[in-house]
Amino acid sequence: MTILTDSTAPEASDLSLVGGKALGLARMTAGGIPVAPWLTVSTRVHRAFLEQTQLNLRIERVINAIDWSSQDSLADAERQIAAIFAETPVPSDIAEDVVAGYRGLAERLGVPELSVAVRSSATAEDTADSSFAGEYETYVGITGAEQVVEYVKLCWASGFTAHALAYAHDRGFSPLAVSMAVVVQKTVKARAAGVMFTLSPATGDRSRIVVEASWGIGLAVVGGEVTPDRYAVDKVSLTILDRIPGDKKIEYLDGQTSTPVDDARQAQLCLSDSEVLELARLGKALEKQQGGPQDIEFAIDRELADGANIILLQCRPETVWSTRKRAAAAALPLMDQVAASVFGLGKPGSADSAGSAGSPGKRAFVLTEVGHAH
Amino acid sequence: MSTSDHFPFIREFQPPAGAEGWERMYPYFLTSQPEGEQLEDERLWFADTMHWSRAVYPLDSIGAEAVYLGAGQNSARIFALPTSLGLDMRVVNGYVYISPTGITDPDVINERLVHFQERAGYYFANWEELYEQWKNKMTSVVEAMRGIDFPALAEYEPIEVVTEARGRSTAWDLIASYHKLIDDFFVAWQYHFEFLNLGYGGYITFFQTCKQFFPEISDQSVARMVAGVDVLAFRPDDELRGLARKAVELGVDSIVSSGDDPAAIIASLRDSENGRAWIDALETAKDPWFNYFAEYGFLHDQDTWLSNPSIPFAGIARYIEMLQGGEEIARDVAKLRTERDAIVAEYRGLLAEDEAAQFDGMLQLARTVFPFIEEHNIYVEHWTHSVFFQKLRELSARLVEVGFFADAEDMYLLNRIELDEVLADVVQSHVIGVPARGVQKWRAEVAERKGMMTALRSQAAAPALGTPPAEITDPFAIMNYGVTTERIRDWLGQSSGEGALTGAAASPGVVEGMARVILTEKDLPQLQPGEILVAPITAPSWGAAFSVASAVVTDIGGMMCHAAIVCREYGLSAVVGTGFATSRIKTGQRIRVNGDDGTVTIIGEAEEAA
Repeated sequence: MTILTDSTAPEASDLSLVGGKALGLARMTAGGIPVAPWLTVSTRVHRAFLEQTQLNLRIERVINAIDWSSQDSLADAERQIAAIFAETPVPSDIAEDVVAGYRGLAERLGVPELSVAVRSSATAEDTADSSFAGEYETYVGITGAEQVVEYVKLCWASGFTAHALAYAHDRGFSPLAVSMAVVVQKTVKARAAGVMFTLSPATGDRSRIVVEASWGIGLAVVGGEVTPDRYAVDKVSLTILDRIPGDKKIEYLDGQTSTPVDDARQAQLCLSDSEVLELARLGKALEKQQGGPQDIEFAIDRELADGANIILLQCRPETVWSTRKRAAAAALPLMDQVAASVFGLGKPGSADSAGSAGSPGKRAFVLTEVGHAH
Repeated sequence: MSTSDHFPFIREFQPPAGAEGWERMYPYFLTSQPEGEQLEDERLWFADTMHWSRAVYPLDSIGAEAVYLGAGQNSARIFALPTSLGLDMRVVNGYVYISPTGITDPDVINERLVHFQERAGYYFANWEELYEQWKNKMTSVVEAMRGIDFPALAEYEPIEVVTEARGRSTAWDLIASYHKLIDDFFVAWQYHFEFLNLGYGGYITFFQTCKQFFPEISDQSVARMVAGVDVLAFRPDDELRGLARKAVELGVDSIVSSGDDPAAIIASLRDSENGRAWIDALETAKDPWFNYFAEYGFLHDQDTWLSNPSIPFAGIARYIEMLQGGEEIARDVAKLRTERDAIVAEYRGLLAEDEAAQFDGMLQLARTVFPFIEEHNIYVEHWTHSVFFQKLRELSARLVEVGFFADAEDMYLLNRIELDEVLADVVQSHVIGVPARGVQKWRAEVAERKGMMTALRSQAAAPALGTPPAEITDPFAIMNYGVTTERIRDWLGQSSGEGALTGAAASPGVVEGMARVILTEKDLPQLQPGEILVAPITAPSWGAAFSVASAVVTDIGGMMCHAAIVCREYGLSAVVGTGFATSRIKTGQRIRVNGDDGTVTIIGEAEEAA
């Protein structure tokens, strides 16, 4: 298997085969976190491409000539290697595999002209840092099989930008030692999107989940251009306590321009109860997994079937309340506690108490760039 | 109509036509007197329709005395609650109104706090042992009342008076027994409050702990964490379920659920061995579990399951029907407990370690005190009252027997002090050997008072009177009666009679359905499956109704009233403490009950009710 479409297959979790980014996606999926559907063009395809086209040798010659102390020399190398890639077509058997993979994905999702992001997912043996986060290119808004093949090749080429060359050199390995898998992932077509906090932003109450959402992609919510609908959910019983319609005058359907929302949809809640509850369930699970309250960005994909249309885009530890020490838990004598609680005499707890035990180790993970169209 | 800043004043609150002069029916100190007028204007008085859902007969007003004596002495004098004395009480147009008495002077508060800590601390430290003692005290007082005898007034005293050289007549026992009955009743109510406010205090402490950790936590979530799933409060209804199951097992279910008069059902059951076996089971269940009021047992004309067997029989018949339909009728205690523990574990899991330790301690406290809160009604409001009113019926029968009253109901139109005078008249004139002197006087008065009572009962209670404080702080008014600052504001705004009714969201869920307004337990059989029960207040003895109704709405009550507790157990949506539900909603109207936000909306006009 060179094109991996099943995130549950053992190969999908083989770092040397899929690279850091795809491994992250597989792990999130395994952990019950819904991300946009994807396939991975494995590192085997990358190897096969380099070998069949003999690009290895040509690139090696360019690299050997680099003066590592000169930015100009690095930029020149980048240009040369890019030109080499540009004039080298993808061999037909490899291209056919990628085309078949892309078409299969489109068919599986029932979206004929599937728009995708094409994302580098690199790995290198003997390197401590195998994620290469942000080192290599991602291209968004790509449509059509031939385009996808072209952009897969561009991802491979992005292993040899001036920046990537210097990055490898500084860490003591050859840029050619990097194996480059490529993730081809559905572009999220958000019907609605927004943010979810697994506590109450107003009071810090950890038994609450608050969801804010508006029409279109998340830009309008994050940028404060609309008053989003607001949903309050009881985290314990998973029941919706409150649905407050916002003022959703505009929506972004892509990353560029906003369009007005008609009156009927302005007043209509943009999430169904079942979507809110499913989000809350995910939020609750993520909080458990991450060991503390989370701040999560999500989208509801309009092209995917109900029940499989929630996509999480980003997840960070909540910082405002989670880092605040709660004045509580001073072990007051029982009767003082009673006097304080029932009659408001004295203060329940005391301010100099130990407070909360801090937040256990948390890491943010970015699920996919809510990007600008390419 | 604009929202006023106060409710009608007691002094200007007019009685309904035909009830003029009603005040003279009650002991003078229960009604408004000149000394109290300023206090009455300045303070808030709310109707205690939780205990007295209808205008009280003069004799029944003893209940109001006993309740607020017991509450007052325990708050003000025994445990010295730092910020409040007792609840002041007035009878207004036959309804009982109460008013919290707050303390604001910091020096007084501090002085009382010292006493409170010592006294309440002793009870909290020894709660379980003292509660066991309490049960014994209660059982003893109920037994003592049960043993009270009102002898017939005989032409000749029994010979034993002579042979045992007693020197006192059995006729005197009519007076002595009456005094003893009144005394025991007052004592039972002092016991009632021995633990109640402290119990609520323990619960409120846990409640506040939860609010501190989870500022937005709902009252019902807190209540769910402490609710006893296996307490005496559910026992009477569980007995009915058991009797239904037994009837099916013995094959006598069709007879038991025939809907006939209970006496006729018993008669036909006697014809078979299995029938007799079922009667045995019924007799076993009756004592003490049928000493059970279908409403709060504060009015002599309220039925118990003993005095009106058709109430428990209707309940049994409903359960038989469910069994025949293949439904499971047992309350799944294990499942309820598992659910409760899961909720607790979830909340606890959201806390840091030291917070969790505090949470555990307070939960422990709440769970220690809560059984009393849930169970005490069985001992006092049901057992004590059932026996008390039974004894009054025996006394009334004697007074009819000697020709003082024409009808057994007449005695209740006298208050307890007037009745003491009548007994003095009856016994003294009997032993002297002359006719009683007050027959004509009292028969004329009784005739007039009957009309007054009818007039008073034709009018619903206004939920509140007088001037509300800026902020309701009395913890027990809030907890027990659901009288909160917000609720008072709602009631003030509601005078206009428009918009949705608001109350306390006592049990979650949104339900739409047809309303059935039930003012007394006698109307309970009218409740059809799926209808929404609208009542001044419900009592746990309406167990069968909870299996039929789709939701519950009440005029009065807070998160801890029985409707709230039982609805949470049964998983029924409920809004309590709406103030005006029974007067604004008509049977047959479609209403929406939102147990999540505490609103009740009329969404359709009355169709032809079944």
